[in-house]
Amino acid sequence: MRSRTPRRMGAMGLTALALLFLATGCGPEYIVLNPAGPVGREELHLIELSTILVLIVIVPVLALLAFIVIRYRDRPGNKAGYTPEWSESKWLEVVWWGIPIVIVGLLGYYTGKSTFSLVQPPEKDVKPITIQVTSLDWKWLFQYPDQKVATVNYCEIPTGVPVQFVLTSDAPMNSFWVPQLGGQEYTMPGMAMRLWLQADKPGSYFGTGANFTGKGFAHMHFQVVAKSDSEFNQWVQQVKSSSPALTMAGYNKLKQPGTMGTASYSSYPKNLFDKIVWKNGGRYMPDMMMDQGLDANMPGMSGMGSQTSKDSNTHS
Amino acid sequence: MPQWLHTFGDQYLMWNEGPLIWISDVLILLTGFGIVFVLTYFKKWGWLWREWLTTVDHKKIGIMYLIASLLMMFRGGVDALLLRTQLAVPNNHFLDAEHYDQIFTTHGTIMILFMAMPFIFALFNIAVPLQIGARDVAFPYLNAISFWLFFFGALLFNISFVFGGSPDAGWVSYPPLAGPEFDKGPGENFYLLALQISGIGSIGTGINFLATILKMRAPGMTLMRMPLFTWSVVATSLVIIFAFPALTVALALLLLDRIVGTHFFTMAHGGDPMMYINLFWIWGHPEVYIVIMPAFGVFSEVVATFSRKRVFGYTSMVASLLLISVISYFVWAHHFFTMGAGADVNTFFAVASMAVAIPTGVKIFNWLFTMFRGRIRLELPMLWTIAFVPCFAIGGATGVMLAAAPADYQYHNSYFLIAHFHQVLIGGVVFGMLAGMYYWWPKMFGFKLDDRLGRYAFWFFNIGFYVCFMPQYALGFMGMQRRMYVYPADMGWNTLNLVSTIGAYLMGIGFLFIVAQVLYSIKYGERDVTGDIWDGRTLEWSLPSPVPHYNFAVIPTVTSRDAWWEMKQTGQIQALRPSADEIAPIHMPKNSGRPFILSACFFVAGFGFVFEWFWLAALGLLGVVICLILRAFEYDDEYHIPPHEVVETESALGRL
Repeated sequence: MRSRTPRRMGAMGLTALALLFLATGCGPEYIVLNPAGPVGREELHLIELSTILVLIVIVPVLALLAFIVIRYRDRPGNKAGYTPEWSESKWLEVVWWGIPIVIVGLLGYYTGKSTFSLVQPPEKDVKPITIQVTSLDWKWLFQYPDQKVATVNYCEIPTGVPVQFVLTSDAPMNSFWVPQLGGQEYTMPGMAMRLWLQADKPGSYFGTGANFTGKGFAHMHFQVVAKSDSEFNQWVQQVKSSSPALTMAGYNKLKQPGTMGTASYSSYPKNLFDKIVWKNGGRYMPDMMMDQGLDANMPGMSGMGSQTSKDSNTHS
Repeated sequence: MPQWLHTFGDQYLMWNEGPLIWISDVLILLTGFGIVFVLTYFKKWGWLWREWLTTVDHKKIGIMYLIASLLMMFRGGVDALLLRTQLAVPNNHFLDAEHYDQIFTTHGTIMILFMAMPFIFALFNIAVPLQIGARDVAFPYLNAISFWLFFFGALLFNISFVFGGSPDAGWVSYPPLAGPEFDKGPGENFYLLALQISGIGSIGTGINFLATILKMRAPGMTLMRMPLFTWSVVATSLVIIFAFPALTVALALLLLDRIVGTHFFTMAHGGDPMMYINLFWIWGHPEVYIVIMPAFGVFSEVVATFSRKRVFGYTSMVASLLLISVISYFVWAHHFFTMGAGADVNTFFAVASMAVAIPTGVKIFNWLFTMFRGRIRLELPMLWTIAFVPCFAIGGATGVMLAAAPADYQYHNSYFLIAHFHQVLIGGVVFGMLAGMYYWWPKMFGFKLDDRLGRYAFWFFNIGFYVCFMPQYALGFMGMQRRMYVYPADMGWNTLNLVSTIGAYLMGIGFLFIVAQVLYSIKYGERDVTGDIWDGRTLEWSLPSPVPHYNFAVIPTVTSRDAWWEMKQTGQIQALRPSADEIAPIHMPKNSGRPFILSACFFVAGFGFVFEWFWLAALGLLGVVICLILRAFEYDDEYHIPPHEVVETESALGRL
């Protein structure tokens, strides 16, 4: 009878864990577990796969521990076996070197696969849009190089279209994170890095700065609003017609440390994003500039590009 | 109040920051006066100097490390409770942003560098020479320097709380946030110099213990007969020697950026903050193995002793330790998967990071099978070891989940990560260090720590741990990121944060029980009269508790693993209890005040650099140089204990 107890406890523990996981997965406030786009979904699949794989090891460990501690307690009259000199077993050791190697091999394979796939646009046959993101102390500036509008602390995107976020910082490095659309990427001064995200359904998604940047960091939340193509275009038109322009002086004021609500701008100074990157010691990744078609409109590109192309490869 | 005093008070003593600082000032003054008064009243100044400040005895240095790390655990723990109090409810006004930022910075720095590091060094010092049959470490003088450098480094760091201002750029202290542009004032300098000074001490300890173990083992103790704790110290020392210099360089370059205007880490002038981040984690990731491997060593000792059984798979245990110390150098970039590395780089570091789980998993199974078919006694060290297994297994599993790079894009900087590393650092390192403390406490002090109070501490701390950190995994999935001093009320984070805070307080109560346990046991703890209170297996248990300062009257000859256990089994205990005529003069190092003075000079220099008072820094460095020169010309630093003194000591202990 006694030998059955630990097994039952193990089973109960497993059920409890599974229930906990199910319960947590269902709540809408678990935003990482409720992705609204292909990138977040792919990452969730990897989270699920890795959870299952590690449970293959964890559950037997917990069950074994409970069994062993109960059965081999030093009690008078304990009739369980006692072999104080037994300390080697080739096949047992092969088992527990072998199983983790297989698990790590499996997880490593899928990790590599999804790492390489996530640097590509989530959808190949839809023309992506580009949004340039600058983290400031302590607010987010979004620029739309195609639509020529800009916003602060919110951005709007069309659903079903891959969005290429190009990230930099004009302040200490932050990290751009919209959990329901996908994982984060750092914003770093003097660098422009790319993050592909996409929303499949309309909605307003919580976004936040994830890397500490000082006093106002906790207030760096923003919303990413996804809407249909036509509604998105309407919004662009509306911003163009009813919002003020962002001037260079306006930008310099914007980058002063402080927090603020949202804002929209009908236009922004030409090449503002590139100037921000260059000003901070700019290291563009040459191949990335090709993708974005930015090299054409960047003055003095060739000279600076060749100076820094050596280092820039490390960040591409 | 005169104007200059007012200015000084506001600028350096931060009197304008309000009651928290005032109360601290008063408490520090009272404690200081109290210590001075007690020492003077009981005429203990000479005793303090002769017995402790100038000692080169590894056992006393170990005890000082232990006391320092428990004090730092208290400071870091109070920091943690302040943080959790602030986060108990959304939009709380208990702390403002600046204070919160300072407190999480000091919490992290103190717990890793001034709590975990001295704790492992405490156990190194207490156990290693005794386990390998040596009379001290290879370089006792350097050992004292290492301790005092750590001590003054920690002092410098803690002084920032009431003088000049605490660092506030996080324990990783990335530029540009920690650079001169965004972080003015002395706080960050305190961080850089305190870590620099104590880091020099850590490198010294690494070298010292590697040399000790390689060169000073008793005859017959081959490498593959060494106790596994000693093996873990070999692996740890190797990692310390290769990892800490990277930290030294990173800190030095950032200090230069800050105080003399170089541009190693500023993009605008050809530098690159990524260089700091790489250097930091080339030290920083091996660092977590530096603190966890000694804990693995402790568990190996404890599991075998309290299961009354040989450790299972000794060779695998050694191999896995060495494998971990090698792999630890190939995983650092997993701290910044999201900083723009290419898919190839991320894949490499992801797989390497997962691979660490293989040798670690092997160790877990070997511990389980050491217990299997043993006789398990649930004494306090074993209790913490058993609690470690599930805690570390789950923490390790979430570590493997974090290693999957694309998934890490979602975990990075979130509370999932916070929960993970607290689970491995508390469930692994703290549980391990506490197990080690309970295990070797009778060896150090000659009495056992009270069992009943220890069990209260155990349950409060353990239950508190899960209540505190399990909700944080869920908070990570809810998108809560680290280091935010307030959070909005509408995200669904409120309940779990409150639960987490309650857990933190339970852990705090657990710590108080440990304090009570120590105080109670000094008077009422069970005395260790045999020196072998746990029925141990390794050489340290062949000695009386506390151990005489020369350790072994006659150096033992070792013929097997678990040497003491074998001697007990075969009735050869007398081999370690020689007759009076076998005892020869014992060669020992002399005490010296210079390690203390040298380290105090480092402190003065560090303090000067913090405030950029270069005259003071020069003065301190001058003192350092003078101490080094004097040491170079010091020839008479050893002596012999005459045999009759040893005979007297051994007879008084009833061993002759």
